[in-house]
Amino acid sequence: MNACPERIVHFMHEYLDGEISREHELELKSHLQSCVDCQAHMHELSDVVAFVKGAARVEAPTNFTNAVMAKLPKEKSHAGVSRWLRQHPILTAAALFCLFMSSALFTNFNEEQQFSFTKQENVVVEGETIVIPKGQVVKGDLVVKNGDVQIDGELDGNLTIINGSKYMASTANITGKTEEINEVFDWLWFHIKDAGKQVVSFFEKEETK
Amino acid sequence: MDALVNKRIKQVLKGDKDAFAEIVDLYQSKLFQVCYRMLGNRHEAEDIAQEAFVRAYINIHTFDQKRKFSTWLYRIATNLCIDRIRKKKPDYHLDAEVAGTEGLNMYSQIAASEELPEEELMKLELQDRIQYEISRLPDKYRSAIVLKYMEELSLQEISEILELPLGTVKTRIHRGREALRKQLSKQPNF
Repeated sequence: MNACPERIVHFMHEYLDGEISREHELELKSHLQSCVDCQAHMHELSDVVAFVKGAARVEAPTNFTNAVMAKLPKEKSHAGVSRWLRQHPILTAAALFCLFMSSALFTNFNEEQQFSFTKQENVVVEGETIVIPKGQVVKGDLVVKNGDVQIDGELDGNLTIINGSKYMASTANITGKTEEINEVFDWLWFHIKDAGKQVVSFFEKEETK
Repeated sequence: MDALVNKRIKQVLKGDKDAFAEIVDLYQSKLFQVCYRMLGNRHEAEDIAQEAFVRAYINIHTFDQKRKFSTWLYRIATNLCIDRIRKKKPDYHLDAEVAGTEGLNMYSQIAASEELPEEELMKLELQDRIQYEISRLPDKYRSAIVLKYMEELSLQEISEILELPLGTVKTRIHRGREALRKQLSKQPNF
């Protein structure tokens, strides 16, 4: 059998696949007539096909469909949510933004316990108290965090005090608004208003463009 | 049948889960049979065939309705079966990439450890014997042989299911037949 050309076995498979060409078939047939080994090989291969095709059909177990239906994922609403998120990317982004902003605000409120203030000229710092000395005029807004403010002179702008209090002398004069923020919710509200103002001013700028 | 199936698929896509039951009814025998022939165990076959339908349901939006649904389903099922077979024997990759008959020799050496003695073989019913011989084929050849002779699919369809070039599918069927021939020629009576 070793003497037989390799293509003969290849032709056998072509024949079994039903894809043999006329010439190949003729060559195969004439070879098989003269070669007992290849005849046996061909027979065995045909037997293999018959053997495998003899397999009985297997039916699915009863209740198969019900079992599948019971296994299907139930969280339709979950799928609905993710589809909704995919279809509304801007709203999703906005929601995420709000989430992160609010968490950032709360952590900031706790973390920002140290004394800070807006740098302005003519302002004197005494310990954790900002002093606007008598006769001095501070131009611009003043924000003080975790500290007190003592105003003896004039403030030409808004004053915001976070976690602190203000002491005003009789000579004191504030031209703008005064705000004192001491509670978490005040703090939040302040930030929301601030963000709101920024958004409004942003849109106003956009419009003027 | 394809028109009916596509109609049901559209209903499923719209959220009508019950429409999927009809799809399962139509294809359950085919999928169960492939899984059974691949895995050789009714219990596992049921498990994997069910899993295949669940995956089909979850991923139904990825099915291209211009194509044949059964091809897509068969692909999911055969992939799951092959995964399962590989997980069962993580230690050897003998059927990985071995050329020609060399692969057959290596495989049959391993299979020898699982081979039943002749007197045991004689006791097997024909159907069990068929399943036994199929299960001894390397999974590459097994999937091709099962799809060709048990599901009676065309070579073209098999190539789409297994995502292999037509030539590769033919080679696998040829080698599968040769492997079976060697398995059977060792045992008389067949």
